[in-house]
Amino acid sequence: MEILNALALFTNFVVVPATAYGAQLALGALGVTLIFGILRFANFAHGELMSFGTMITILVTWFLQNMGVSIAPFPTALLALPIGILAAISMALVMDRMVFRFYRKQRSNPIVFAIVSVGVMFLIAGIIRIVIGPADQSFADGERFIIGAIDSRRALGLDEGIAIKQSQLITVVVTAIVVAWLFWFLQKTRSGKAMRAYSDDEDLALLSGINPERVVMICWIIAAALAAIAGTLYGLDKTYKPFIFLQILLPIFAATILGGIGQPVGAILGAFIVAFSEVTVTYAFKKFLTYLGPTDWAPDGLVQLLSTDYKFAVSFIILVAVLLIRPTGIIRGKVI
Amino acid sequence: MGKLSTLLFSAALSTAVVAGASAQEQVKIGMLQGFTGPTESLVKPMALGGELAIKEVSDSGLLLGGREVVSVRGDSTCIDAAAATAAADRLVTSDGVHGINGATCSGATTAILNNVVRANGIVMISPSATSPALSEIEDDGYFFRTAPSDARQGQIIAEILDRRGIKSAALTYTNNDYGKGLADAIQAAYEAKGGKITAVAAHEDGKADYSAEIGTLASAGGEVLIVAGYLDQGGKGIIQASLDTGAFDKFVLPDGMVGEALTDNFGDMLDGSIGTNPGTDSPGASMLAELASGKGFKGDDPYVPEAYDASALLLLAMQSAGSTDSAVYKDHILKVANAPGEKIYPGELAKALQILADGGDIDYVGGTALELIEPGESAGSFRETEIKGGKWETEMYH
Repeated sequence: MEILNALALFTNFVVVPATAYGAQLALGALGVTLIFGILRFANFAHGELMSFGTMITILVTWFLQNMGVSIAPFPTALLALPIGILAAISMALVMDRMVFRFYRKQRSNPIVFAIVSVGVMFLIAGIIRIVIGPADQSFADGERFIIGAIDSRRALGLDEGIAIKQSQLITVVVTAIVVAWLFWFLQKTRSGKAMRAYSDDEDLALLSGINPERVVMICWIIAAALAAIAGTLYGLDKTYKPFIFLQILLPIFAATILGGIGQPVGAILGAFIVAFSEVTVTYAFKKFLTYLGPTDWAPDGLVQLLSTDYKFAVSFIILVAVLLIRPTGIIRGKVI
Repeated sequence: MGKLSTLLFSAALSTAVVAGASAQEQVKIGMLQGFTGPTESLVKPMALGGELAIKEVSDSGLLLGGREVVSVRGDSTCIDAAAATAAADRLVTSDGVHGINGATCSGATTAILNNVVRANGIVMISPSATSPALSEIEDDGYFFRTAPSDARQGQIIAEILDRRGIKSAALTYTNNDYGKGLADAIQAAYEAKGGKITAVAAHEDGKADYSAEIGTLASAGGEVLIVAGYLDQGGKGIIQASLDTGAFDKFVLPDGMVGEALTDNFGDMLDGSIGTNPGTDSPGASMLAELASGKGFKGDDPYVPEAYDASALLLLAMQSAGSTDSAVYKDHILKVANAPGEKIYPGELAKALQILADGGDIDYVGGTALELIEPGESAGSFRETEIKGGKWETEMYH
């Protein structure tokens, strides 16, 4: 019984949130890794691209809510998401056309591209703050919980409940579908094969008649769609606040580098490792250990490795450790 | 400019003294406030409020056998300790005031207290210095304040928890001076009462996700979660995350968290949670507002009632002691401020002076429902609320 309580506690505070967070990071990291694989630069504007897609989704969600359209018990935002995706894709393509293509023609250094993407990041961030403002926006509606903490406590007959939010389940399901589709696309379709060929060896791909502009366009479309989905799921699960999309870049880049740059499987692996590390390292294990040990063994301290204030430090540590020990990442990727 | 005008003002006053040449010496109250600097807009009505009480006492003709009372202004600034000390020094040594109503800011007050008040032995009552450090400072019994210390809310919360039989609580605060100070005060007061703070975790405002913070606090346990934060910032996220994970369902919410926005957002999910914020049910505040109407300032502006009460306390203590000597009347301040005795509201100072002259007791209530506690500071009035059916309902006043 005590062991089950400990497991329920651990599931409620570590496994469930880390899984949802990992899935959101994975979608973001996939976008970053794709851009790196094809365009060969670290796209700092990816976080703001997520934010932009989410913002449009929110605006459309509000419009739909005003019109009385609803797909209860599911959040209305899912209905609005396709428009958010389209908006993010348009933004990505416009930015590529107006900014990145110029540097591609110049055959600029990847570091130049990275700096340029910082400029694009600020531009999109500015647009977002003008349109929706810097404040917190809440747009989640529909049923909040699949199972609430109190209900699950009763159903399981335990002292500890496992609360699962609808947004968390949606996040995991949508991520699974999108990732499955992406792998099918990259492995089986002609365009996907062209992308992989282009990523492996640009010159060889050009010689075999692959149109580079088309590959780049498809790459932006996929990355932007992933960004909009990731941002919306993150916003549904937590809250939408423009500022955090700058912060979330760090775990996303950590995940990308950890998994191996340019490696889609690595990005997913990396995302879950980063998410679980962040949550586990900052979790206080006091109550967990109290359930496991005899009653009088209860620890006095919180048994917490790092204060939650240092959550972001975990991403930094992973980033530095990977770059020092295995710069190629878990699945051998490119080295920046 | 400010200094020049105060100089002219005091010069005019001293001429008045000579010209008046009354049989009895005037009673002088130093109005030592931050007329220039960051508090200048705050201080204007405060000084007028303080002088309203002085005029009321002077006009009554009952103070110490009908002595006239005048106000002598001095500029304590807010951030310049040297200027504050110089101004206080001038008031005491050159103008010869019998008591000081001031200073405005905690820093200036501390400087004056150390350099002038203790050295010269003069009573000073600050209407607006709220730093908890002033509770512990050595003052030889000459310093009082009519505003509560920031630490006071911590004690109020500890008392509420104690009364309601809540034995353990987790504590989270917004990571700034306000949050940290309040959290320290709550923890110290609650532990002194035998309560147990299971964990203290800071939270940063402006994040999207507070589940990690809640994970920590939930692991430590506790019957309630005290959230010393802001209701439109991290505090809201903390509550959201605890409700989502079922970690806590009852909260204790200090002033930064009390507001309609919180109940609008969470509705009856917060039922049973407790809030505290400054507030009083005493009629004194509205009586003072009425008294001030038509006199060019508002009686319910911030710290105006405190300033009125500071002047009134000084003069009533003098009447009670039968002396304008600080060393004598400083021991009467707590006596006139607290029970037992006849309750005195703003505008009733003449009545109070008469009672004291007849040897009776008064309990000065004033504009702030004043109750002085050791070491000579206002207990402050706080409202205890509980959320019932998604609405803040007043439980009682402290």
